[in-house]
Amino acid sequence: MKKMLTGNSSAAWGARISDVDYVCAYPITPQTEIVETLSSWVNKGALKARFVNFESEHSMFAAAGAASLTGARVFTCSSSQGLIYGLEMLYSIAGWRAPLVLVNVSRGLGMPMILQVEHGDVLATRDSGFIQLHAENCQEVLDLVLLGYKIAEDSNVMLPVVVNMDGFVLSFARQTVDIPQREAVEKFLPRYSHPRPLLGLESAPVTYGPTTSDGFVYSFYKYQLHKASLESRKVFQTAAQEFFKIFSRRHHAVEAEMTEDADYIFLVTNSYSSNVRAGVRSLRAKGEKVGMVKLKMLRPFPREELAEVLSQAKAVAVFEQNLAPGRGAIIYPEIAEALYHSQERPDVLLSFIGGLGGTPLGMPEMEYMLKKCKEFLKTGHGPEQPLLLYRSEDWESMKHSLSKTGLPVSREVS
Amino acid sequence: MASNQTTIDTAYKTMKDTPREEYLQPGSPLCAGCGGEIAVRLALKALGPKTIVVSVPGCFGLLALYPYSSIENSMLFAPFASGPAAAQGIVDGIRIQVEKRAMVDPGSKVLVLTGDGAAYDIGLQATSGAIHRGLDFYYLCYDNEAYGNTGFQFSSATPTGSSTSTTAVTDSSQGNSLRKKNLFEIWKAHNPSYLATVAVSKPVDMLRKFEKASKMSGSKLFIAFSVCPTGWRSEPRETVKIDRLAVETGVWPLKESVNGRVTHTYIPRKRPPVENYLKTQRRFEHLFGACGSEHTLQEIQRDVDEYWRSISI
Repeated sequence: MKKMLTGNSSAAWGARISDVDYVCAYPITPQTEIVETLSSWVNKGALKARFVNFESEHSMFAAAGAASLTGARVFTCSSSQGLIYGLEMLYSIAGWRAPLVLVNVSRGLGMPMILQVEHGDVLATRDSGFIQLHAENCQEVLDLVLLGYKIAEDSNVMLPVVVNMDGFVLSFARQTVDIPQREAVEKFLPRYSHPRPLLGLESAPVTYGPTTSDGFVYSFYKYQLHKASLESRKVFQTAAQEFFKIFSRRHHAVEAEMTEDADYIFLVTNSYSSNVRAGVRSLRAKGEKVGMVKLKMLRPFPREELAEVLSQAKAVAVFEQNLAPGRGAIIYPEIAEALYHSQERPDVLLSFIGGLGGTPLGMPEMEYMLKKCKEFLKTGHGPEQPLLLYRSEDWESMKHSLSKTGLPVSREVS
Repeated sequence: MASNQTTIDTAYKTMKDTPREEYLQPGSPLCAGCGGEIAVRLALKALGPKTIVVSVPGCFGLLALYPYSSIENSMLFAPFASGPAAAQGIVDGIRIQVEKRAMVDPGSKVLVLTGDGAAYDIGLQATSGAIHRGLDFYYLCYDNEAYGNTGFQFSSATPTGSSTSTTAVTDSSQGNSLRKKNLFEIWKAHNPSYLATVAVSKPVDMLRKFEKASKMSGSKLFIAFSVCPTGWRSEPRETVKIDRLAVETGVWPLKESVNGRVTHTYIPRKRPPVENYLKTQRRFEHLFGACGSEHTLQEIQRDVDEYWRSISI
């Protein structure tokens, strides 16, 4: 069944066709439409699940994780400040090995407060033990929720999954989405059953999350998390093949386009991948040998796949929508590390930051990034990184705003 | 308000009726003379083996110290502020599987077990949410009036005049200058099905309260007076004696609230001076002797007197 759906509705549909048992809710813009949609379905009986409004994200995540241990299939979602408010719980959910799916709708982190997209929120969870899948479009949001449960509940994984989509750009954008038939989904995603459920049975008592005072115990279980996360790469591959057989759509951890003969590769995640694709096609039409790589899986980090697709290029421009003050972009050093041991690797690896709070990525940015890569290649000298993509008209508006605050306009932004 | 000793239908007439089954086994890493441990032992005797314990950081986090567990029940260890919310997940997770998946109802209960740090301070919001949602669960707060597990720092359950490691006694300070937060009234304002204070020196009273609560659905909440020899600097062997003194001096009233109606389950008629209780603990030692604070002692006694006057026995 094909329907026009927003990113948020696609997430809700993903939960619905996954036949989730328990929905833990707390509102936050731009995610709220997901819980509103699920709430109305549960009330109408279209989705047989228990829906609970919590008093905070911290409590919402606590309940979600605990319910998952009883054997219920659990869905929850959040964004930005809310995700960070509940961050402590995310480490526990992973440590409990509770295989739920959380949809995050990316939004910048205050201060200053903003509602639009930035990936600092979801990337702050990158070391929690959650598997991270990032969606480009509404169809991918739905597909990745299905794939998320498939991977999370695999007995070799048993880890939670976060599916990330961009706030506003995707959460409120309508696109055509193919909603799979229930029978097909049931074939792909069998009923979840926890191997050692927390039910309070006298005959099978269990303890989850006991304290340890020994480093060797802590090290063992932390490393188990790491191994399970690494294992999920294989599980993802197998699941994606099965997904293609049933639903005829392909998903890969790393997706390369037009890279076979490319000298220059743009690396991107999430919805801005569509902008980069359009830019790459335009540049191709002008005779530039460019391509793109989309990172769909951030955790576990697909090092080998990345090294393979990037090693042949002369230069790689890494475009990211996050800014870690004092460091730069967050994913860039992980890509550098992935390439470090490659026999062949690009001469130039440049870090660009843009799209913060939803600033545009169009041809000016694409051409600028390409120009910077070429300059670096030619001269052997690179700019101080990262380079902030900031349009001159935005700078004019900013100067106008500064003049209203009475603060001095003191620094130029390149 | 009258004592309700006369009309109770109960399996617990005397201490001899205490169930013999033990779910909290000896050998836990808790301190000698821990009052809270006795409360947990009694609570589990009353609630039985199908009770899932949700524990959070605090002394009783040590009840499960990998690879051992001191309790025979299932247990989930959750972050500090999240106990009641995690309990909600367990209750809901089981219920939806029974309703939707035709799972056999395991008939389990969920007991949140926290100290006063989680109950009075960091977990107050999560508890408020759970009671407000009418969650069918038990909550036992072992109230030792400070953050005991981290070395006895001030909490909002710390009583006036108590020294703690963050409300030190100095030339200008007589320990904690704030009053103990009234958690009973805060929880009561949420209209839980059942709410009670308990003390281990009154085990029959405590067992009866758990018995009464277990016949109800909804939120069933207990605040257990918990002598902490390590933090209070009292003699471990005197724990029950000190507990009894708290009850008899009127410092710790024993009461219950059933659907909002409060009854005192024990009335200390004589009420000896609070000094008899305070003198058993070195956390209050600065209040006595040459440099002692007559003013603080009077304030503590006045608060107790006013409490008992206000409930108009």
